[in-house]
Amino acid sequence: MDATTSMFPSAYDLKAPAGAEGWEDLYPYYLKFQPALREKEDQKFWFCDSQHWPNPFKPFDTLTVEFAVKCLGQYNTRHYLVPPANGVDYRIHNGYVYMSPIGVPPEKIEARIPQFMERAGHYFQNWPTLLENWHKKVKANIDEMEAIEFEKLPDVVPMAWVKDGVGLDNTTALTENYDRMIQLIYRTWQYHFEFLNLGYAAYLDFFGFMKEQFPTIPDQAIAKMVQGHDSDLFRPDDELKKLARLAVELGVAGALKKGSAEEALAAVNAVENGKKWVAAWEAAKDPWFNYTTGNGFYSTDKYWNENLDIPMGYLRDYVARVQAGETIERPMEALHAERDRIASEYQEMMSPEAAEAFQGKLGLARTVYPYVEDHNFYIEHWSMGVFWKKMRALSKLLHEEGFWPTEDGMFYLDRNEVRDVIFDYGNAWATGGDWAGPAYWPEEIARRKGIIDALATQAPQPALNNPPEVITEPFTIMLWGITSDSIKNWIGSDDDSGDMAGMAASPGAVEGIARVIRSPEHLNEIQQGEILVAPVTAPSWAPVFGKIQATVTDIGGMMSHAAIVCREYGLPAVTGTGSASSKIKSGDRIRVDGNTGKVTILS
Amino acid sequence: MTSFTLSFDRIGTKDHARVGGKCASLGEMTQAGVAAPTGFAVTTDAYLAMLDETGLRGEIETQLASTTFDDVVSLERSAQAIQIRFRSHKMPPEVEAALRADYNAMGDDLPVAVRSSATAEDLPDASFAGQQDTYLWVVGADAVVEHVRDCWASLFTARAMKYRHDNNLGQIDVLMSVAVQKMVNAQTAGVAMTLDPLTGDRTRIVIDASYGLGELVVSGIVTPDNYTVEKVLMEVIDRKISDKHVELVPDVIAATTVEREVGADRRQAQCLTDAQIIAVAQLAKALERQNKCPQDVEWAFDADMPEGENLVALQSRPETVWSQKPVEPAKTSFSTGMMGMVGALNNPVGSKK
Repeated sequence: MDATTSMFPSAYDLKAPAGAEGWEDLYPYYLKFQPALREKEDQKFWFCDSQHWPNPFKPFDTLTVEFAVKCLGQYNTRHYLVPPANGVDYRIHNGYVYMSPIGVPPEKIEARIPQFMERAGHYFQNWPTLLENWHKKVKANIDEMEAIEFEKLPDVVPMAWVKDGVGLDNTTALTENYDRMIQLIYRTWQYHFEFLNLGYAAYLDFFGFMKEQFPTIPDQAIAKMVQGHDSDLFRPDDELKKLARLAVELGVAGALKKGSAEEALAAVNAVENGKKWVAAWEAAKDPWFNYTTGNGFYSTDKYWNENLDIPMGYLRDYVARVQAGETIERPMEALHAERDRIASEYQEMMSPEAAEAFQGKLGLARTVYPYVEDHNFYIEHWSMGVFWKKMRALSKLLHEEGFWPTEDGMFYLDRNEVRDVIFDYGNAWATGGDWAGPAYWPEEIARRKGIIDALATQAPQPALNNPPEVITEPFTIMLWGITSDSIKNWIGSDDDSGDMAGMAASPGAVEGIARVIRSPEHLNEIQQGEILVAPVTAPSWAPVFGKIQATVTDIGGMMSHAAIVCREYGLPAVTGTGSASSKIKSGDRIRVDGNTGKVTILS
Repeated sequence: MTSFTLSFDRIGTKDHARVGGKCASLGEMTQAGVAAPTGFAVTTDAYLAMLDETGLRGEIETQLASTTFDDVVSLERSAQAIQIRFRSHKMPPEVEAALRADYNAMGDDLPVAVRSSATAEDLPDASFAGQQDTYLWVVGADAVVEHVRDCWASLFTARAMKYRHDNNLGQIDVLMSVAVQKMVNAQTAGVAMTLDPLTGDRTRIVIDASYGLGELVVSGIVTPDNYTVEKVLMEVIDRKISDKHVELVPDVIAATTVEREVGADRRQAQCLTDAQIIAVAQLAKALERQNKCPQDVEWAFDADMPEGENLVALQSRPETVWSQKPVEPAKTSFSTGMMGMVGALNNPVGSKK
């Protein structure tokens, strides 16, 4: 690559697709590539994070990337002073988000080391107690969000308020509750990263040590030594399995079989032992059905507890498998034994000094690593589930008051515009005049919807500008799985052969029929024994993992959720292929080799 | 106690010196429950009886006394003479009787392989495998007796004599045992090493495999398929498929083996299934564990045995190249705790080229 041509295009040369003109108005100024900063921005390497945000943002939903990535950064930059790494800069362009890690200038790294050792060291030394406190903080936020209700403004202020001399009206709670919701989820995102970066740092240390000991050791072998199997992330799926077995034991499986979830529950309630089963179902719901079929980052995410037909569908699959005599439970003892076998066999090949260091690093990695899996349930699933539920209720309220024609209209506004709408709503209510919103927003939302639909017709670029000679930023490598090698894969992904290369994320090799799934709504199309091919998967797809033979994704690294879940379920997986979901068609016969990271279209 | 033959399942540690490396390994494998072809060792006692009861020892010593080892012609003439002397003597009757009895006990005219099992051959630091003869598909007691004597004689090829001379091993002090083992009707066969022979990487098992008997793989006549298995995860991580143009198969009527061209449909196909590759790797790993050092294992899939239980180990011996090298400490600071982490963050492994 010579100096005049870039490996990837500049954002400034990437035009919006037809119909998406004016997309810039949808997002705040600080999220966009500013024309005046072109020279500076083009110097940086940006990669598209389509692993977390595969679809163009509605304006409201940008708060997920803003809060997440801002809070990731604060811990590296301001809390722990991670020696070589500050945060990650990010921009939205043509609806997709591009990231650029910010390193620490080499001459400033050394001064940060003692700070890091004291600050991060405190967390490592007090991990269990600090983590216990974390659970309390996160749960308190969830409880507070759950307690918040948005109510329509009444005709008159309640008599009691007058008599008590309250001196305030009903708009007060509405505006404060909205602001409080935003603040609570902002706090929650800070908590999200309180432990995460440290978990990755300890893992990275262990990972680097193993690679030095055994240069050819597969990444997945290292992951397998650390991976916990009783993570809360897999609890929702485990709960469904338990319910399936209980249904068969109690003899209520027949009543469960038909109709919507509501109809099935009514049918079960009416049969002998049915109430006992329904009670178990209700108990499992709180909190384990706070579980999204997506990844928590979109207002359109569907959560189990608001869409009971989704878990009911999975449950029915499990019931059928229990009735067929299959073991659906994961063999926990065997999984733990396997994890220990792998660790001890590598240790046997080390010198005594190395074995001692190994024990220390493995011990720390195993202490801190469960957070990397568990947090996902508490934040992305549970907290975000409650947040979206409340935001949807607010959007529906304002829809019913005539501000927009559909229940989800609010998400086409950014979060500060929503504040304006709430003021508009309360303002005209107070003056006795007319709301301006119903005359303005329907047309504006239709325009924005058109733009977002147009943006979605064009896939993002994998990256912008030139990558650095070597990727050295530790979190880029860990979180996004981006290395100098994976960037080469993106370049090579344009050829027309039937071969694709990705990351060998979970071992095993199989051949089978591909099923390309672009959204969780189509998960029910998967047939027994097929190979799941998707742009990206979510942990909540776990219930279909019992049906499939292997997984291939476009995006994601060794620690992506697809990789974690596949290793957990013992399925071969190749992640980060770049383009498998567009090259492979449903019905193609493919070969997936999770040991080498190769995917081949056979016919 | 003198015993001229010893069944593989009765070879104890104390017998190793008189059965040679190959038979000792077969004995250990058999007794550890590793599937290996049945058979027996013709011990060094039998060889010594041959030397001492027939006058052969004196004849060899006389011949050796007049040999100039640095003169190729003299050496070759000497070797020929000694080998002729071996064949001109009948085996001592009690040795021959023991041999015939053990062979007949294996079955009626069972095809066997007769292989040398020299006492020096398989020492880790004196590897001269293949210096002595192997006879395949031998049928009938007469033929077995004849080939055991041929094996003994093969101690005295010019090459072997020169090797012993150069390495200061006494010519007549190196004793030989012979293995008589059931002939494997090999579908596929080859070699497995419990480390990567190119790099010494002990996390890998590297397998060479081809059609028919393994001799063509060992001798380098065919380029075998080459598979790499990760030893801990037991996953196939690399497959190099070669053009395997020829295979060594039994000619039952002639009681011998013949080289046969491999049909076009099979030549360039992967000759082992992935499940078979893993089975071979498991076998090699078990043998490494049993012997507590990296192993070089000869194995075969026997076409006469049922699928799934037809993998047999023919031989397992210590790997000699990398095991001799001093262990190079992996370069790592071993810095632990927070300093280790600082190091990992400043120099993450994915960043290294």
